Amino acid sequence: MIIGVSYDLLRWEEKDIITEARKSGFKAIPIFTKDFYSIVGVGENHNELEADVIIQRNTSHARALTTSLIFEGWNYNVVNDATSLFKCGNKLYTLSLLAKHNIKTPRTVVTFSKDKAVDLAKKIGFPAVIKPIEGSWGRMVAKAVDEDILYSFLEYQEYTTSQFRQIYLVQEFVKKPNRDIRIFVMGDEAPVGIYRVNEHNWKTNTALGARALPLKIDDELRDLALKVRDIMGGFFLGIDIFEDPERGYLVNEINGVPEYKNTVRVNNFNVSSYLLNKLREWIKK
Amino acid sequence: MVLLKCPICGNDVNVPDDSLPGEIVEHECGAQLEVFNSNGKLALRLAEQVGEDWGE
Repeated sequence: MIIGVSYDLLRWEEKDIITEARKSGFKAIPIFTKDFYSIVGVGENHNELEADVIIQRNTSHARALTTSLIFEGWNYNVVNDATSLFKCGNKLYTLSLLAKHNIKTPRTVVTFSKDKAVDLAKKIGFPAVIKPIEGSWGRMVAKAVDEDILYSFLEYQEYTTSQFRQIYLVQEFVKKPNRDIRIFVMGDEAPVGIYRVNEHNWKTNTALGARALPLKIDDELRDLALKVRDIMGGFFLGIDIFEDPERGYLVNEINGVPEYKNTVRVNNFNVSSYLLNKLREWIKK
Repeated sequence: MVLLKCPICGNDVNVPDDSLPGEIVEHECGAQLEVFNSNGKLALRLAEQVGEDWGE
C-alpha cells in the first residue's frame, strides 16, 4: 500500500505515521503542502503522485481543506475528505448536524447582532461562553460572567479579521468536571481516547496545559462516537465530549485532523499503526 | 548531518540528513526555523508563526 501524507508542519504525529507506515512495509510519500501545487483544467497532468490513500495532516485548516479538495478532484482516496473537514471545521455546521440527528450538544445561540446575542445569553444563563465559528486550540474562546463582559467580548470579535466576525455564537457554560473527553474514531472503531484534565483553567485543551489521562470507553461512549462519525463522515476523527451532571454526554466539537501524541503516550496505544491497518482494510474493500 | 546556516544569525546549524521539509529546528540564537527544499537541497528559513486556523 502506498500512503501519501499531506502536511505543512512536521509534528510528532506526521513523523510517526511515516515511520509506522515504513515499518509495516508500506511506501510512505510525504507531501509538503508548501511545495505543492495544482494546475486545474481538463487534461492537466496530475498523475505523478502514486498513492492508494492520502492522509490529510495539515495543521492549517485552510490548507487541509484545500489540499483535500484538490486530491479528491484527482480521484484519490483522502482521509479526511474535504466535506467532512468542512463539517468539522465550522462549529455551527457541526452543531446543526448533530442537533438534526438528536445528538445532545451544549445549548447554543447564533445571532447576527450583539444586542440579540446578549438577550439570548440571558435565557441560556451566565456564565456564558463565546467562541468563534471557526477556530481551535481554545483561541478566542472566552467565558463571560455577566452581560457587560459578554458585550465587550462581542465587540472585540467584531474587530477581528475572522470572516465570521459579525456572527455571534454563544454557548451555555457546561458544569462539567475539571475535564472533558477526547475519543478517536478510526474507520468503524472507536478504540482509544483520553480525559483532558485541567485543575487550573476551565478550558481543557491540551494546547492550554490540560493533562491527558487514559479514558475507559464504555458502550454508550463508543456508540455515541460511531454515531457521530456516521453523521459527520470522515475516517479519522477526534470527538470532544463534555460530561454534564444531568444530561450525560454532550458532544462539543469534532476534529478532522486530530492531534494524538498525548493519547499514544498515556494509553500506550499505537494510533498511527491502528489507523494504517484500518486504512489497509478499507482500501482492500 | 547536513551543515546549514541560520538565516537569522548566520551561525552554523546541524540538521539530520533525513530531515523532511516542514521540520522545525530550534536554533541557539532563539530563532525557530523550518527546513525546506531549495532546488533539491535542504535549507532553512524562519518558521511560520502559529496561524489563526491552526491545530486541533
